[in-house]
Amino acid sequence: MTYIGIIITFVFINNFILTQFLGLCPFIGVSRKTDSAVGMGFAVIFVMSLAALATWAVYRLILVPLNVAYLQTISFILIIAALVQLVEMVIQKISPPLYKALGIYLPLITTNCAVLGIALIAVRSEYTALESFVAGIAAGLGFLLAIVVMSNLRERMDREWIPRPFRGVPIAFVTAGLMALAFMAFDKALLRNLLG
Amino acid sequence: MTSEFTKGIFKENPIFIILLGLCPTLAVSTQVVNALGMGAGVVFVLLGSNIFISLLKGFIPEKIRIPAFIVIIASFVTVVDLVMQAFAPSLSKSLGVFVKLIVVNCIILGRAEAFASKKSLSESLLDALGMGIGFTLGLLLISLIREVFGSGTITLFAMGSFDGVIRIPGLASQPARVLALSSGALLIMGYLKAFFNWLEFRREEARSWPRVRPTLRLRVAADAQRAPAPAEGALADSAAESAGSVS
Repeated sequence: MTYIGIIITFVFINNFILTQFLGLCPFIGVSRKTDSAVGMGFAVIFVMSLAALATWAVYRLILVPLNVAYLQTISFILIIAALVQLVEMVIQKISPPLYKALGIYLPLITTNCAVLGIALIAVRSEYTALESFVAGIAAGLGFLLAIVVMSNLRERMDREWIPRPFRGVPIAFVTAGLMALAFMAFDKALLRNLLG
Repeated sequence: MTSEFTKGIFKENPIFIILLGLCPTLAVSTQVVNALGMGAGVVFVLLGSNIFISLLKGFIPEKIRIPAFIVIIASFVTVVDLVMQAFAPSLSKSLGVFVKLIVVNCIILGRAEAFASKKSLSESLLDALGMGIGFTLGLLLISLIREVFGSGTITLFAMGSFDGVIRIPGLASQPARVLALSSGALLIMGYLKAFFNWLEFRREEARSWPRVRPTLRLRVAADAQRAPAPAEGALADSAAESAGSVS
């Protein structure tokens, strides 16, 4: 698949949140304010692209040659946990303002299904190193798009009257459901029309 | 002792009350058989990790406890994944990456951190069973609604001449397809959560009932009668509505 194809697939057609439900916990939890949603979105893009690359390297260069591919779940989750720690330390050292913006979201990302999800999907689809990296960025962009739109909607909803049982999480789910309905306009046919 | 078991099923139901482990929940809720398979996997991993972590609680250093928990959980997930690939290949195929994603299911790490690493073996065991069964029941409820109204079928395990699919007459030919799509899962989750909130509010009201002054009580009762209650009817209505707008 071409790189543009991968990007369109992961941002729109297989949007991680709205069609695969990966990363739903931060999507519901951190989407109250637009500022924090943007911060979380960029932190996810950052970690996802690096994680896709790192897990590709470990899978192709260590697990497959040693014939222990069944250890992928254990090794991937450890790589991701270590990577998040590393990224946190590096950002803290190099760019304190960036750390201030992303810092509090980074620990949350370790248990974000989306990060392990992209690593497993990239391996399963047999992507090359660069394709994995691009897929990681694209899936992160899809997450950013969904969470920013959602936070804008929720900020508007704060000003409206909502029946008491629906306040908070339930209305967020219903909104996400309607967003997912809108995203159904993006399907495989779109990709075929765009790329021929 | 029994409260350790039942709290996971009702009072602290992982899916509807404390909202943990949602990613796998919604993704595999398209068919009842997937929900059962996922539930069994989660129960096994929860039991294994809670038992191990409870036994090892004196040995794991405080500082590296989270990575240690994750390794224990990931080992059990690998066991489930390999067993499922060997003995239930079709189930393994339809669950896809979501079997491996049990690792990042927040319920399991949450129970390890909040419960098993502090309590005795028998309490952790009951906690794991209760939470696992609560998770399975929640998942089953969502998948039952999605499959019955979204495709008009109930898919179970195939046995002998029975192919495992129960078709519901009337619904099977004209299902509300939106519920089978990904947006249906999110909508149903929202409406179910609202329904459980509503139940909770009603119970709270009933509990504070005797403390309210008589005149006020009458006024509250009159208000409650006037206000329309968003019950299950609301779910069916909106489902029908959204289905109508799609087709």
